[in-house]
Amino acid sequence: MKVSITVNGTKQEKEVEPRTLLVHFLRDQLQLTGTNIGCDTSSCGACTVHLDGEAVKSCTVLAAQADGGTVMTIEGLSKDGEMHPMQQAFMENHGLQCGYCTPGMVMASIGLLNENPNPTEEEVRLGLEGNLCRCTGYHNIVKSVLAAAKK
Amino acid sequence: MTMTDNRQNTVIGTRQLRREDPALLTGEAKFTNDLNLPGALHLSILRSPHAHAKIVSINTAAAKASPGVVAVYTGAELQSEWAGPMPCAWPVTPDMKNPPHFPLAASKVCYVGDGVVAVLATSESASRDALDLIEVEYKVLKAVVDVEEALSDANIIHEDLGTNKSYTWNLKIEATEGCVEDAFQKAAFKVSERYVQQRLLPMAMEPRAVAAVPQPFGGDITLYSSTQIPHILKVMAALTLGIPEQQVRVIAPSVGGGFGSKLDVYAEELLCMALARKHSLPVRWVEERSENSMATIHGRGQVQYVELAADKSGKLTAVRVRIKADMGAYLQLVTPGVPILGAFLYAGVYDIPLAYDFSCDGIFTTLTPTDAYRGAGRPEATYAIESAMDALAREMKIDPLELRKRNFIQKEQFPYVAFSGLTYDSGDHLQAAEKAAGLADYVGIRAQQAKQNVPGAKKRLGIGMSSYFEMCGLAPSRVLASLNYGAGGWEAATVRILPTCKVQVVTGTSPHGQGHETSWAMIASEKLGIPQEDIDVLHSDTAISPLGLDTYGSRSLPVGGVAIAGACDKVIDKARLIAAHQLECSADDLEFAGGVFSVKGSPDRAVPMAAIAFAAFTAHNLPDGLEPNLEAQYTYDPPNFSWPFGTHMCVLEVDTETGQIEILKYVAVDDCGVQINPLIVEGQVHGGVIQGLAQALFEEAVYDTDGNLKTTTLAEYLVPAASDVPSITTAHTVTPSPTNQLGVKGIGEAGTIGAASTVINAVVDALSGIGVTSMPMPASPQTVWRAIQSAAKAK
Repeated sequence: MKVSITVNGTKQEKEVEPRTLLVHFLRDQLQLTGTNIGCDTSSCGACTVHLDGEAVKSCTVLAAQADGGTVMTIEGLSKDGEMHPMQQAFMENHGLQCGYCTPGMVMASIGLLNENPNPTEEEVRLGLEGNLCRCTGYHNIVKSVLAAAKK
Repeated sequence: MTMTDNRQNTVIGTRQLRREDPALLTGEAKFTNDLNLPGALHLSILRSPHAHAKIVSINTAAAKASPGVVAVYTGAELQSEWAGPMPCAWPVTPDMKNPPHFPLAASKVCYVGDGVVAVLATSESASRDALDLIEVEYKVLKAVVDVEEALSDANIIHEDLGTNKSYTWNLKIEATEGCVEDAFQKAAFKVSERYVQQRLLPMAMEPRAVAAVPQPFGGDITLYSSTQIPHILKVMAALTLGIPEQQVRVIAPSVGGGFGSKLDVYAEELLCMALARKHSLPVRWVEERSENSMATIHGRGQVQYVELAADKSGKLTAVRVRIKADMGAYLQLVTPGVPILGAFLYAGVYDIPLAYDFSCDGIFTTLTPTDAYRGAGRPEATYAIESAMDALAREMKIDPLELRKRNFIQKEQFPYVAFSGLTYDSGDHLQAAEKAAGLADYVGIRAQQAKQNVPGAKKRLGIGMSSYFEMCGLAPSRVLASLNYGAGGWEAATVRILPTCKVQVVTGTSPHGQGHETSWAMIASEKLGIPQEDIDVLHSDTAISPLGLDTYGSRSLPVGGVAIAGACDKVIDKARLIAAHQLECSADDLEFAGGVFSVKGSPDRAVPMAAIAFAAFTAHNLPDGLEPNLEAQYTYDPPNFSWPFGTHMCVLEVDTETGQIEILKYVAVDDCGVQINPLIVEGQVHGGVIQGLAQALFEEAVYDTDGNLKTTTLAEYLVPAASDVPSITTAHTVTPSPTNQLGVKGIGEAGTIGAASTVINAVVDALSGIGVTSMPMPASPQTVWRAIQSAAKAK
């Protein structure tokens, strides 16, 4: 089947199998490999992207479901070579180590602040509970999101 | 910061943001499965659904006919590809039993997840779809799940070995024969404890991925793998496949965490290489998470029996330890050595006499092989001694911090020759403990506890602690030889100053989240006086960095980082000769600071490194006999392990009605010697602490009695989320290591080593007043509730 999805501002029209997940569409057909896959149960959040402005796990969405929609991935966040304030906050607060969960964590964090621009530490922790990180112990991720909220 | 170091560093010790981050934050970084390899075949592996079974027959006809399938291979069909079995590099005893282990099982499967059939297809979905079409007939045998029951040999897993015991490894140190037993006979106090180190799934966020790419001619092959050990893997892959080593290149692209689980030589790496050669096409494989749970090594898996003897003041007089270590079905790269890495640490940070009796049995089960997982043997040992110290304090009815203070090795005793013959380089345990006690408000919490923990209290307050040593910086090669390890413990570095005074630092370490590029550039910048932005760090590609022993065991800085400093020294020495030649003075008359050589006493007679770099390149006017170019390679073999240490404390409340635990404060005081980049040090501590806390409260690889893993996904295996864990208060002391020029010790595993016992000690501390004296891990609400109930019944 054919889908038409606007990804990072560019309209993409592609043939996909009906079973193709959005994450595979992004990675395999558009070579947008910044979106990572960390599990097969929608538990880890490494594949989080924005669909029509909301943070979603792209392994839980079929490409067909995104037909006609707008997707933003980690590759689309920088503007004119400048990282998004959330990306900058992660860098400034050492909010990443191996970096594998990071694209999903950044997208989820932006989604969190879109809904709640001034979260408490507890709200950040609860808001990110769908995104797992094995390196940082979350300490500096939480710090990064709180810092980004202040920007 | 308690800075006891008088080094005049200007770069080292500063909080530098990581140069690795932009690529990782923007999605530009390439992990192995991100590589675009046109024409690659996809490997999928049919795995055993049984823990223990004979393979009766395999029918692959339907799979072979499936769309997109290129080839299907059974273990028997691939047997001729292997020059030898998969490697175990650590035969801990001369008579250790090690069953042959091949990438695919040929006649028998020994754990759920054991590889049985390999499918190659033109796409990942085609290769996975074909797995469903393979018919395997098994004759199911009895699973061997319990490590202690396995010792009975009622069901032998590897028939040719005649036993399920791989080895017994002893370390008995006695001043006089029989003095350990004697100490227990005479002890004023003694404790005898049993602890279970549950199996853990390492769960690096990036599952493993492999791609083998044969070169178009000449027989060379490049292996991309999500590995911690490209160098070791290159040697082992060449040996296992029978390929000349110089034809193998291993590249670890961005690697998404390892924690020991990628410190291995895996079946899939060898299968991709063998099949890529066979088909003359790239072959790639990526692990699904549920596959990762079964096919990637597990951590821990030990039953520990620990006995402490003490005199009437609580001073330890003897330590006796018996370990039953679960090897799983086969010995992976360092499986048998993991408990041995802990063997020297069961006396913890305490001054004990020559009365130490350690013995470990390595035992096969029909479960996924175990191997190194963050801390590897040392968290287990620390957990045992630190939990037993609390038990001893309860026995003596004294404060556990006071008991520790009575037993600490004192600052003045360093360098301290331990009972084992190992020398602990430097330390100040009392300082670390007092600092932690201050930050946790130990005295205040004890006072509050006396008020709060009254009979019938719904929420009981507890404070727990752990003082630890992290034997790391693996490792002096001669010590490894004495432990029968199959390689050395050195690390190599090359420092190359290019004609324009830009620098390439080539390291044999292989980072997967630790920020080596940032830290190594800081070391080189400090040494060479060249700005960090002019320094690149090259790593993780055996063609670019041919010499190295990779990253594990908190070794990268105290071995690899020190090697870089040594290589810088060699480059500076050579540059000094050129500078002396240009300034027409003796090399001895020159001093080097801030990237400039100047004549002592005449600072205006000076030449900067940039001029020397260009002169070394043009070679127009070098001292007679001096080779052109500024490059030096240096290999550092550490004279000793390094011994980071610290004290962690945890304050928590236990809800006695629900078993729920709420952590109120976690304090980690760590001393890793001189810190290169405190930002990175803190990050390592945070992550390590949460991994240790996760063992204490959340994680366990659960098997049923048939050997089926019940926790194969992240929905069942509870890797904590941000909402499950607390913020951490970090602090440090600085006690430089005297054994290396940077004064560094390493920090990668410290958090994990200290955390599990800290948390469990706090839980038991909260509940000891109502009769709970031990707590199995993970201390889930149900487990805690049950412990409370059974203590109440026992009253």
